[in-house]
Formats: sequence, structure tokens, C-alpha cells
Amino acid sequence: MKAFNIVIAGVGGQGVLMASKVLAESALASRMDVKQNEVHGMAQRGGSVISFVRIGAKVHSPVVLPGTADILISFEPLEALRYLHYLKPGGKLVYNKACINPSTVAAGLATYPGDVPQRIAAACPGARAIDALQVAQQAGNAKAVNMVMVGSVMKGLPIDAEVVEGVVREISRGKGEEVNMAALRGGAATA
Amino acid sequence: MKKIISGNEAIALSFEDSGGVFASGYPGTPSTETLEEVARLGNVYCEWAPNEKVGLESAIGASLAGGRALATMKHVGVNVAADALMTLTYTGVNAGLILMAADDPGMHSSQNEQDSRNYAKFAKIPMLDPADSQEAYDYVRAGFEISERFDTPVMLRTTTRISHAKGIVEQKGKVEPKVGDLAKDVPKYVMLPNFGKIKHIAVEERLLKLQAFAEESPLNRVEMNDPELGIITSGISYQHAKEAFPQASFLKLGLVHPLPEQKIRDFASKVGRLMVVEEMDAIFEEQIRALGIRVDIGKDRISLCGEVCADIVREAAGAPATSAKTQPANDLPLRPPTFCPGCAHRGLYSILSKLKVFVSGDIGCYTLGALPPLSAMHTCICMGASISAAHGIAKVNEIAGRTEKPVAVIGDSTFFHSGITGLLSMSYNAGNALVIIMDNRTTGMTGGQENPGSGRLIQGNPAKEVDMVSLVKVLGIENVYEINSYNLKETEDAIRRGLETPGPYVLVDKNPCILRYRVKKPLVQVSADKCTGCRACLKASCVALGLQGSGDKPKVAIDPNICNGCGVCTQHCKFDAMTVASGGSHESI
Repeated sequence: MKAFNIVIAGVGGQGVLMASKVLAESALASRMDVKQNEVHGMAQRGGSVISFVRIGAKVHSPVVLPGTADILISFEPLEALRYLHYLKPGGKLVYNKACINPSTVAAGLATYPGDVPQRIAAACPGARAIDALQVAQQAGNAKAVNMVMVGSVMKGLPIDAEVVEGVVREISRGKGEEVNMAALRGGAATA
Repeated sequence: MKKIISGNEAIALSFEDSGGVFASGYPGTPSTETLEEVARLGNVYCEWAPNEKVGLESAIGASLAGGRALATMKHVGVNVAADALMTLTYTGVNAGLILMAADDPGMHSSQNEQDSRNYAKFAKIPMLDPADSQEAYDYVRAGFEISERFDTPVMLRTTTRISHAKGIVEQKGKVEPKVGDLAKDVPKYVMLPNFGKIKHIAVEERLLKLQAFAEESPLNRVEMNDPELGIITSGISYQHAKEAFPQASFLKLGLVHPLPEQKIRDFASKVGRLMVVEEMDAIFEEQIRALGIRVDIGKDRISLCGEVCADIVREAAGAPATSAKTQPANDLPLRPPTFCPGCAHRGLYSILSKLKVFVSGDIGCYTLGALPPLSAMHTCICMGASISAAHGIAKVNEIAGRTEKPVAVIGDSTFFHSGITGLLSMSYNAGNALVIIMDNRTTGMTGGQENPGSGRLIQGNPAKEVDMVSLVKVLGIENVYEINSYNLKETEDAIRRGLETPGPYVLVDKNPCILRYRVKKPLVQVSADKCTGCRACLKASCVALGLQGSGDKPKVAIDPNICNGCGVCTQHCKFDAMTVASGGSHESI
């Protein structure tokens, strides 16, 4: 089995790392080999964040190369466009509609492009945009966007949805378990 | 039980499972989580040291006292600890001692890209280079055995994608910690020249024994497959090469110093093309070439700079890259890291930027003040250099007859690490710089670790808390004052006084890190009627700010999900268009 490559992109502080952890733990629970990797440190301070999860019979490198991702999950539209080249031809993209200004835009040094959804659609016709913030708020916490995003791609993973649900329950036991489960299912309902 | 954990977590877990007794270190990406995990697991004593040299020296003492010891640090931390390391190699150890050095190829969060393998050669000690979390776990056990068997410190070297990548780990049986006797052996442990001369010979003999061990050790493994291409590699490079050429033959090195000469000769003789895949320096390749062995593909095709990946390996060997030819969009606004909304550094840099002073910077979140639009930092070299460099600048300014007084900016943890000695020199040598200590009560950039000023130990329990102002005073600095960087007027006045007053002058800001201490304040609101769209507030460089609407002068809007109510932007506004509600809180995690 060739490795199944997932790329998760977003902005530091959005919970990209927790989403990656859920997917990696789910692969382990499904008795597959898995490597998960992201960059810490400077990237956490509101910077662009990218995380890789690779699942397969045997996974060597923890790094997903451009043009080889089966799924790209982006927590922010501009970051979806920034990492779009990671998708392989025919790969799937799901992104959260809510925009976050980069510091360069907030400082008036650059402009947030007005045509991000159009450019994404042109490059990746099957891309899905979801209102993850709204789904998360309905689930009970705006910070559950990361679980909404995981839910939104569950059907396309080489892992059973029940396994992912079990992992989310385990990880968030006593720490917003019901909110996270609602967010995960809300995300799944968008697919 | 199998777990999916990072290389750093695996090292911590194995330290506990391998009879570890004492661990120390200083935070530094990508090494930090190792010691944090030792603390979280909670069964072995560990502590944060004020710097890497102290960390390693304390580990030396622990080894002398008979306990297996670990010192953790990032690659540049080894430079700080090198004084201890270069003589520790002469004395050897009592109980096993491992120095974990985490390299950062690609400089994800570092100021340089030095290759720690050079230190193993330099110090003539064994080095282990794990290729995944499981090996990180296994090599701690192996490292202690080598350390004790050969009477040597062992370096365990990781890279960012070993330390931070997660993989599946299976725990081995536990070695119960046992503490031996405190060693008293003057010729072995007191490095007077006459004893040192004897020990140097022992070091060279030890290296020969280690070379023989490298030949037989399963740490260096041959995987014979298709002999057309033979790859010598180690660490993360092994994974990338394996990904690129799963059918090739490999000599996978786990013990990367000293090298197994005969094993390399045998392998080279059995393969068609010999390829050496290593990140950063040509450490293996130079040694292999020195043996008179032809290397067909090496650093002539793989850069000395940055990380290796499977496609780099493929292309170096003449195979096509598998990644698509599609290029990333290159016209998008960048999203560099920046001060968090509500961070106290924002106020300080607003003023430094306005005053256009020369700022000598240091290592920490506040290095981000160098980026536009603040652009208020003009040098940053290494931990603690801000103060010493500012001192040198001031002296030459004086010699040249220039009146400009330089400003040094340094954080609390960095000041404790190696800023104190710089300030001592400035005091002793009658220097003339303004030093601003941003004491945010934590080691911020690495994720919020405790330090000698935070009042807590690595485990979270209370500790002696050094008083920053008293510490500065005792160094002989008469002018030391506290400031509140959230108040721009007050901060500007204090900085101006510091610049006008001759001699060393120190300002201390004690506002806590909003991320570490979860400071939440009421939001700032913008009155659309009063906002003129002048953009003065954007100088605060806060991601909560943005322009709304179109036309010549779009007005400023604040994202309520991001704003942390620090109020710095309101002080940039000349039209009273921004207001911050009263109240707020900060709770300790």
C-alpha cells in the first residue's frame, strides 16, 4: 500500500496540531504505520503552519512532498491557496471560509487578495469551502474549528469514522468531549 | 504497548526506562519537549538550568555521583556547553552520560544551521543519530551502555524532523535506576596538565576501541538489495533515501562517529554506484573519500544548505522527482510569525521604531521586532549578545565622537542565560548603553518554560524567584527602573531619559507573557464615525487589525476573535476612534 498523504495547513493557534494528532492516533488505532510531522517554534506566533500525516503499511519519511498529497485540509483560505501545490492531481481540498489577516496585511504592507476562492476553484475544481467557524459555534465552542475540519474529511480517509470518533472521545475526555464530538459530526455532515 | 510519540518524547521515555537518574538542559527548539516530557512522566529528577553549560556541568556532577545523566539542548546550545564537553571527553564518566543535541537543518527556528556531528569528531566521542522515534528510544539505552562500557560521554544527535516527527514506539523492558558511589579519583577527574596529558592518550585509545565496536555493532546495519545503487546514510536522511529508492542497498549508520572503516569498504566494494546522503556538512563523505573510496554521488549533487527530501535524493541519483511540477503561488501576502495580540513587546517596539535608535537584539520572541513595520532591531547574534554587543558599539561610538547611545533588548530567560555577564562587563568597563529587559516571566519563544525568575520549577511547583531589579543593581548599575510597555507615553519618556543619561541604564518591563499566563483583556472597539482611515494604528503591527471597505481610505476594523485588548493601537490613534473597556484578567496555567 502506498502511503496516504494528508497535509493540514492553517495559522498558528488554530489547532492544526491537535487535528494532526487525532488523525495520527486514529491510524495507530487502525493498526497502520504512521508518521506525523509539523514545525514548532517560530511558526506558532501567528505564522503560517503546515503539518503532515502519512499513513500506510510502512512509512519512511515524515515529510509530504509537493504534488503528492491525497488530501489538503486548510483552516484558512489564503493558506489553502499557499499550499495548494501540495495536492496530487485529483487530490481533495477542504478549507474553512473564515479569513485571518496575515501580519503583513494587518500592518498595511500587503493586501489580502480578493479572489482567493476563485483561484482555488480554478486550480482545484472539486474544492469544498465550509463555514467551520459557524459549525464549531453551533457545537458550542468557536475553538472546535479543528474538529469540524477533521470531521469534514472523515469519509475520504483510509480509516473508519468510528475509530476517529473513539480517538477524539479519548483525547478530549473531561476537556470538552461533547463539544468536540458535536463539532466532528457537524463537520462530517458538511461532506 | 505501542504509542505514537515524537522523537523528543521517545528520548524522555527511554531515559526513564533506561535507569536515568538526573536530567538537565536549557530550552531550545527543537530539543525543548524532551526535558518537559521527563518532567511530565514524573519518575526521574529533572530541572531547567539557566544555560546549557550549567546543564551539562550538572549532568557531569550527577554522573560523578553515580547516576545516569542526560543533558538536553539545541545545536547552538552545544557551543555554550562546549567548554565543559571538551574536557569531559578527557575525564570520561562514572555513571553513563548522554548529551542530546538537536540540530535544525533548514533553520525552522534557529539562527544558524551548524551540524553537531562536527562536535563528535572535535571531542573524539561516540555519536548516535536516530532515524525515527523508535530508534530515538532505543539509542538512549544503547547510549548509556556505550558511555559506561567505553568510559565516555555520548552525544545523541537529533534533527528537527526526528525531534518533532511522531512515529510508533514500542517500549522495552525497564532498567531500574541504581545509583553508584561518588567517584573520588584525582588523576581521572582533575584535569591538571599532567593528568590531562595521560588522559589525552586514553582518549585516542578509546577512539580506536570505539572504531572496532562500530564495525561489529548492529547500530550500523547493512540492507543488501539491488547492488546497482548503494547508499550510505544516517538519521532522517535514511528515511528520505529509503522513500526515494526502496530497492537500493543501504549502509545505515546509527553510530555516526567514529565510522566503521571496514564495513564501509566492504559495502562500497559490493555496490555499483556509491551514494552518500547526509544533511548539512559532508562529514561522512570526507571521511569516506579519505579512505580512498570513490563516492559517485554526494555533496556535489546534494546541497550543504537546508534539509534533504526524497526528491532531492532522487534527482541527485539521476531519477525524476515525483512531486508535481506545479509551482506554489508566489504572489500571496506572506504570513510570518509576529507578536501575539496583547503581547507587551508590541508597545516597546512601537517606541523603539519611532525613536529610530540602534537596537542590539537577542534570541527570543522579541527578535520579531526586526520585521517590518516595526523594523527596530539591527543586530542579533546569539544568546546574551545584545548587551555585550551594545557595549562594544558604545565604546566605538565614543572613540569616533558619535553621541548616539545604543539600546539592547533582551528577555528574562536570555538575561539569566548569558546576559548577566555582558551587563557585568558594561558596569565594570564604564559602558554607555540603555538595556531593556523584557521580563515576561517565562521562556517565551520555546513555548513558555519556567526559569530562575518565574518562581516555578519545571514540574510547576514553587521555586526561589530571583528579583530582576536587585540582580541588576548588585552588578553595579545605579540607574534601573521598571516600565510598563503597554503605556506608550510612559515608555517613551523612560527610554528618552535612559538615552540622555550618561552611563549604563536599565529598564525592566515585568508584564507577563499573555500566551503563557493566558492574559485576557476586554476588546478594543473602533468608532467608524471617528476613524479617518489614516492607518496610524497599523504601526502597532497587530493581526487583530485590518482595513474594512474600499475606496481611498478604508477604515480600520478589529477582529474580536483575535484582539486581546492591550490598547497599544488606541494610543497610536490621534482621533480617539479606538477605545478599550476597563477590566481584564490574567490567570496562571
